[in-house]
Amino acid sequence: MSRNKLIFLVVLVLVACALPFLVSNYRVFQFTLVLVYAIALLGLNLLTGYNGQISLGHGAFYAIGAYTAAILMDKFGFPYWATLPIAGAVCLVVGFLFGLPALRLEGIYLALATFALGVSMPQLLKYHHLEKWTGGVQGIVITKPDAPFGLPLNPDQWLYFFTLVVMLLMFLFAWNLLRGRIGRALIAIRDHHVAAEAMGVNTSIYKSLTFGVSALYTGIAGALGAIAVQFVAPDSFNIFLSIVFLVGIVIGGLASIPGAIYGAIFIQFIPNIADELSKAAPWAIFGIFMIGFVYAMPFGINGAIRMLLARFGRKAQTGGPGSTITESSLKTKEASQ
Amino acid sequence: MALLDVKNLHAAYGTTRVLHGIDFSLEEGSITALLGANGAGKTTTLRALCGMVDTQGEVSFAGSRIDGKATEDVVRLGIAHVPDGRGTFVNLSTEENLRLGAYVRKDRKGVEEDFERIYGYFPRLKERRHQQAGTLSGGEQQMLAVSRALMLRPRLLLLDEPSFGLAPLIVREIFEIMRTINRKEKTSILLVEQNAAMALDLASRAYVVETGRVVLSGSAEEIKQDEAVRRSYLGY
Amino acid sequence: MDALLQQVFAGLATGGIYASVALALVMIYQATHHLNFAQGEMAMFSTYLAWSMINAGFGYWAAFFLTVSLSFVLGVVIERVIIRPVENAPVLSVVVVFIGLLVILNSVTGWIYTYTIKTFPSPFPTAPLFGNKFVSSHQIGAIGITLVVLLLLFSFFRFTPLGLAMRAAAQNPVSAKLVGIRVGWMLALGWGLAAAIGSIAGMMVAPIVFLDPNMMGGILLYAFAAALVGGVDSPGGAVFGGFLVGVLENVLGAFVIGNELKLAVALVLIIGVLVVKPSGFFGKVNVSRV
Repeated sequence: MSRNKLIFLVVLVLVACALPFLVSNYRVFQFTLVLVYAIALLGLNLLTGYNGQISLGHGAFYAIGAYTAAILMDKFGFPYWATLPIAGAVCLVVGFLFGLPALRLEGIYLALATFALGVSMPQLLKYHHLEKWTGGVQGIVITKPDAPFGLPLNPDQWLYFFTLVVMLLMFLFAWNLLRGRIGRALIAIRDHHVAAEAMGVNTSIYKSLTFGVSALYTGIAGALGAIAVQFVAPDSFNIFLSIVFLVGIVIGGLASIPGAIYGAIFIQFIPNIADELSKAAPWAIFGIFMIGFVYAMPFGINGAIRMLLARFGRKAQTGGPGSTITESSLKTKEASQ
Repeated sequence: MALLDVKNLHAAYGTTRVLHGIDFSLEEGSITALLGANGAGKTTTLRALCGMVDTQGEVSFAGSRIDGKATEDVVRLGIAHVPDGRGTFVNLSTEENLRLGAYVRKDRKGVEEDFERIYGYFPRLKERRHQQAGTLSGGEQQMLAVSRALMLRPRLLLLDEPSFGLAPLIVREIFEIMRTINRKEKTSILLVEQNAAMALDLASRAYVVETGRVVLSGSAEEIKQDEAVRRSYLGY
Repeated sequence: MDALLQQVFAGLATGGIYASVALALVMIYQATHHLNFAQGEMAMFSTYLAWSMINAGFGYWAAFFLTVSLSFVLGVVIERVIIRPVENAPVLSVVVVFIGLLVILNSVTGWIYTYTIKTFPSPFPTAPLFGNKFVSSHQIGAIGITLVVLLLLFSFFRFTPLGLAMRAAAQNPVSAKLVGIRVGWMLALGWGLAAAIGSIAGMMVAPIVFLDPNMMGGILLYAFAAALVGGVDSPGGAVFGGFLVGVLENVLGAFVIGNELKLAVALVLIIGVLVVKPSGFFGKVNVSRV
């Protein structure tokens, strides 16, 4: 990692830390959800972006994580922070087990299998034999934790910081994972699984493990999301959640770590903007945004930023006549964000 | 006037420039060869003629400019391209592949006659006409690719490395048929080849291409005599 | 026994609907190698067009054929205007465009026609055929129409030059251009055909499930399943898959697991089929070459 990048990251984290003191509590809650979605999207990106397996059902893992946290807190009196590793572990196992048979499937066939998982999840959560755990259609209400150690933070701010720390840890872990041997194996499988196999990568183990780790990320996000929203119910985890996740990683940028954050910002705030633009047909506006982003940035926001930086870098080296173009392209970047 | 006239043709894939101003021409009814090593830009030249890559420069065919035209429109002028890799429609039958070659033709009766004409040149294809084209052998697929192009009744046939990956006997057979078609049907042929010896036997005129430029041109006989060509391309 | 037969017939009837939507999906897949997530919403929108026409005083069949032609045009326009700019974008970006199209169509329809449920007429008599007690005339009619559409499509692709050109364009666009096929228009044509087929499916399903902007949600899922179980590159397989999924759904729902989980179990079964036969029953097995 270059020095510039490091400085940029530190500044970013500082801004993220200052944020909750500058905006209203509701905004803080919204930014907490951005962090939560960023973790979920990173999980999906590990699977889809890096490993090339399409999932249209990651909402199901988000739901499992959320319900694990809610049930542990509500029925067993677990503290909120202790539910995260358990939610992650449960999703790791479920994801790994789902990944084993799904391995045989590729492309759209895998998409369908995961789609089925996503669609069935609300039905399973409503299933009457599970009702005493899941609360059936009613769902489960949980309470928002207060800041510990007498910290001068309100619950929204505290949860924001808690989520931020979890997110940074998870991102660091993913970054470490991806830049080494494992990351290379994942990408090799995505780009040419036969060749990867021939080079000695055990594709089946890697693919199901990736499924598991991806589910773990999304599950932890689900648990955090449940704590932030203080409520879980089957219909908040319908298939549309899974689809929105997929939209998030594509628009943020496939196979990129920062892309998860851009995507999370998109899926959290664009529906709000759409709602303000048109009360009559907000989803139509959301749809137009989706298509518009893909037109403008076929390789996602991250891809577009990279392209701009590359151009900027080249112009900066040659200097002179290129500088005006650079300015105008920076303006387009601002406009598109 | 030449049937095909290429002046200062440039072409690029994205930011990688491949052709740096190629000039050549082809007389109606002739066989002209483009020779050169791997990566010299021979295949790109053929693609540029058919509008398959972005180009700059002038390409005239039968007196009118065709540079910048879409591939589909170039075909309608009577230019048939046998691409590298043969471009077989692997899931369709042999006969369907041939029928597609005549897609832009309106004369149904002529098309039906041409099936027989082509099966006359390549009896093997007739035997395999209901077979899925992907299951044909390499040689048969090359015959199919040439035949598909001939189904257009082209004025100009572009052949990209017809000898590539084939046994010498089959190459000889295909080249003989090319000679026959050129003589009997007056089809002009632009041949791109790495196998310079065979190409020079067939062609009347040849151009040697190196790194995107024509470095030598002349009649096939002259080129054969050239010291450098002999050493680099003919190997004696 | 009677109860079982009843469920099987009801399954065949809904299966016919799944089959026609699946057929539309396979059409676009064959022509473009994309699975169109907006297919159901396109069909729903077309059905609303038909509803407007019938309300404006058109006869049923006049509205039917007008809707089919209009849907065809709409499909072509959508491809030319919305899909074409992302022709060369990564697959998942195209998927996002499909999803965008889905929510736009859904939302706009709700906005124009409201979310109130509407009835939609059936062209078939209300009395059951031959006085049988298993299956209504509309259900038989819907199955019949699905089969007719399949036959027409099969003939089109098998025996016409245009059908051959469409297959060629889907399979090998570069070579297709080299023989003079206008590949872009073939894709648009594929979209048009799929939209037309989808509109027929919509008009056949609307009398059963009633008309509302979300009516195709569940159907699309089953149609996906049907298309994949049959083999995504096989129109006949899609129809078979449609009937299979319809019957499974009904029989399992009625006798084995109850309606509460029938969606989940039907899907588990489908995944089971795919795990055993990863390319579906009639799909081509792709051998990977190195």
